[in-house]
Amino acid sequence: MPASRLAEHFEDLEKQTHAARLGMWIFLGSETLLFGALFGLYGAYRAMYPEAFAAAAAHNSIWIGSINTVVLITSSLTVALAVVAVRANLGRRAGVLLLVSLLFGVTFLVLKGMEYADHIHHGILPGSAYHFHELPSAGANRFFSLYYLLTGLHALHVIAGMIFLGAVSVGCFRGRYDNRYHTPVELGGLYWHLIDIIWIFLWPLLYLTRP
Amino acid sequence: MSDAQAQDEHAPEAGHEADYLRADGGLRGWLLTIDHKRIGIMFYGLVLLFLLLGGLFAMILRAELITPEPTLIQADTYNRMFTLHGVIMVWLFMIPSIPNVFGNFLLPLMLGAKDLAFPRLNLASLYVFALGALVTLGGAVAGGADTGWTFYAPYSTTTPTAVVPIVTGIFILGVSSIMTGLNFIVTTHTMRAEGMTWTRVPLFVWAIYATSVIILFATPVLGMSITLVGIDHIYHFGIFDPALGGDPVLFQHIFWFYSHPAVYIMILPAMGVISEVVSTFCQKPPASYMAIFISSLGIAFVGFFTWGHHMFVAGMSTFDAGVFGALSMFVAIFSAIKVFTWVATMYRGSIRFSTPMLYFLFFLFLFVFGGMTGVAVATQSLDVHWHDTYFVVAHFHFIMVGATLTGFLAAAHYWFPKMFGRMYSERMGLLTSAAVFAGFFLTFFPQFLLGNAGMPRRYYAYPERFQWLNALSSGGSFLLGGALLLTLVNLLVALRWGRKATPNPWDSRGFEWETATMPIKHNFAVPPRIQRGPYDYHLTEEEAHARVSPG
Ligand code: HEM
Ligand SMILES: [Cu+2]
Repeated sequence: MPASRLAEHFEDLEKQTHAARLGMWIFLGSETLLFGALFGLYGAYRAMYPEAFAAAAAHNSIWIGSINTVVLITSSLTVALAVVAVRANLGRRAGVLLLVSLLFGVTFLVLKGMEYADHIHHGILPGSAYHFHELPSAGANRFFSLYYLLTGLHALHVIAGMIFLGAVSVGCFRGRYDNRYHTPVELGGLYWHLIDIIWIFLWPLLYLTRP
Repeated sequence: MSDAQAQDEHAPEAGHEADYLRADGGLRGWLLTIDHKRIGIMFYGLVLLFLLLGGLFAMILRAELITPEPTLIQADTYNRMFTLHGVIMVWLFMIPSIPNVFGNFLLPLMLGAKDLAFPRLNLASLYVFALGALVTLGGAVAGGADTGWTFYAPYSTTTPTAVVPIVTGIFILGVSSIMTGLNFIVTTHTMRAEGMTWTRVPLFVWAIYATSVIILFATPVLGMSITLVGIDHIYHFGIFDPALGGDPVLFQHIFWFYSHPAVYIMILPAMGVISEVVSTFCQKPPASYMAIFISSLGIAFVGFFTWGHHMFVAGMSTFDAGVFGALSMFVAIFSAIKVFTWVATMYRGSIRFSTPMLYFLFFLFLFVFGGMTGVAVATQSLDVHWHDTYFVVAHFHFIMVGATLTGFLAAAHYWFPKMFGRMYSERMGLLTSAAVFAGFFLTFFPQFLLGNAGMPRRYYAYPERFQWLNALSSGGSFLLGGALLLTLVNLLVALRWGRKATPNPWDSRGFEWETATMPIKHNFAVPPRIQRGPYDYHLTEEEAHARVSPG
């Protein structure tokens, strides 16, 4: 095993891996709270405008939302398989699986973009630019402003995750990881799963809770 | 053993390697260093700079308030000035001060590690911090904001002043905070030397650990709340705008969800310093390690459920106010546990009168005073009278400026020999600390009286009858500013002309004193093995030293 993977200040690779993993978990916890603030606002405004929220959620396409859910969950599966592959010393296969996950990521973003375009076409813009005549209420305006914030922040995370996974997949193809050292693959996977989990909360809140 | 020469010999790695300051010379060696000690020193320089800047703004405010009528600056300037003062002091000094300077420097030394778990992340956090500071101060240059450090909506989303760069800067500073906090937690978990069990971890480390937990879970929420303010400024989402169905009070909820815990981000590290100082200068273990440790975690936990006490008059039901008030009292209980433990530590100790010890006493006084007024304002019926008056200003300055700053100064003196290998002038140290205390008390005690008499905070002019108290307060603030400058001079002089420090000038049993003074680049030539606790004052110095054996 190349010594360069072990940083000077660690005694052994095991400790180093443990540190990296712990760091990632803590970071994910912190990320959750970034969304937590928005979830809190969603909860508060939903309590204030229950009917408007339900009506607005009904306007979102349940199809796009659900297909995107399937897409993301499948991508999490391929990422998990990539981690399995690299543990079995199959670096190339891991690389391919990560590329497949990237493709799912792209699909997700394209669908999301189509949904945004449709909303904008109907005059569903956040805040003061909102002019959707079917649902003119302040409550619906709150719903869609939060919809943009939540999905926008989530989409930024998807993009960040894709960059991360892309870099790791290059490493896989170059044969940088093996069954003893594959921390970046694992951490990239963890990050991707978080993105997936957050979406699993967004899906019911933004698409399913309709009258 | 008192002979410096002999001590030097049995310090594990003295003499073989250059110390951290001399290890790799040159600008590159500093700017690209991943040595936690150098990064700590660079943070030291930055936070002192910001302390001076924030202090300068405070002096201008106080100068304006000497007389009831406008004299020095315009009303608009006044508003921007107090906003900048608050923003700089909170995010550029208080929050990074003890963790990023002393935490960075000492955590690995105390844990027997060669560095933090992620040294490059540590360096990155320095640069992210510098960037955040630049953006924030850029906002100041671009005219500043007039919202106060609390950025209450809907004013903050509609004021034409430069809110956007300032909140962007604070967001970036938050990212730096999170990077550092994460590093500290992982380091405490994974980098402890062999034999360092959980109950042998020094209390300062636990304090930094608890602080880091709060940072990780509160800072993202603040980041989001001010991001929303920024977004509203650029593009009108109106999340908090009543005209669009929004609720401004929600901003206060998420802001205080961070900012109440943030006050513990500021005080807990100081408490950690104090725990080390009292033990060293009484030559006794803390009266109860467990009590101090558990109350730190208790404060960190309960602190997340008290934010509502800032909003008693913002349309909260009496019941909710009662719940938040009662939960706030829990913090006071945990704090009191700490205070009693520190006081009990002095009992029958062989107390050595020195600058850090004097700061400990001032800390104790100011923290108890400030904490008790905290309990008072956490009582809804009383807070209705005091809310948004100078009483609250005095409350939080007693704790943040009084207690946190005395903790910072105690650390600056206590660890000065470790960091720079020299001794400061003890006589000047005692003198300046007494002057800091006197200036402080004179500045803020009158503000309790002013607030109680009804003077609202953040006002530019005031009725004639408040003048003498205001003048007293201003006089105190100049004394405080002068005393702080003198403290700085004392330390700077020591840096150059101070007597050379012995490896363990205070006879401490802390592990950080077991390294060479000053430490070498990787702290230990051979990783140490720990066979005792950090406060084993029943051992002689040789015994204690022998139980921190290399290898
Ligand atoms: C014994 C525990 C404490 C209690 C019960 C307490 C309670 C309170 C209450 C009720 C307020 C709101 C008053 C009002 O706005 O009318 C307040 C304000 C504040 N406290 Fe404390 N406090 C405590 C400790 C601390 C500590 C340790 C710090 C800082 C290190 C601190 C810093 C602040 C700050 C910064 C504010 C308000 C700032 C603002 O409105 O601009 N407090 N405290
Ligand atoms: Cu509070």
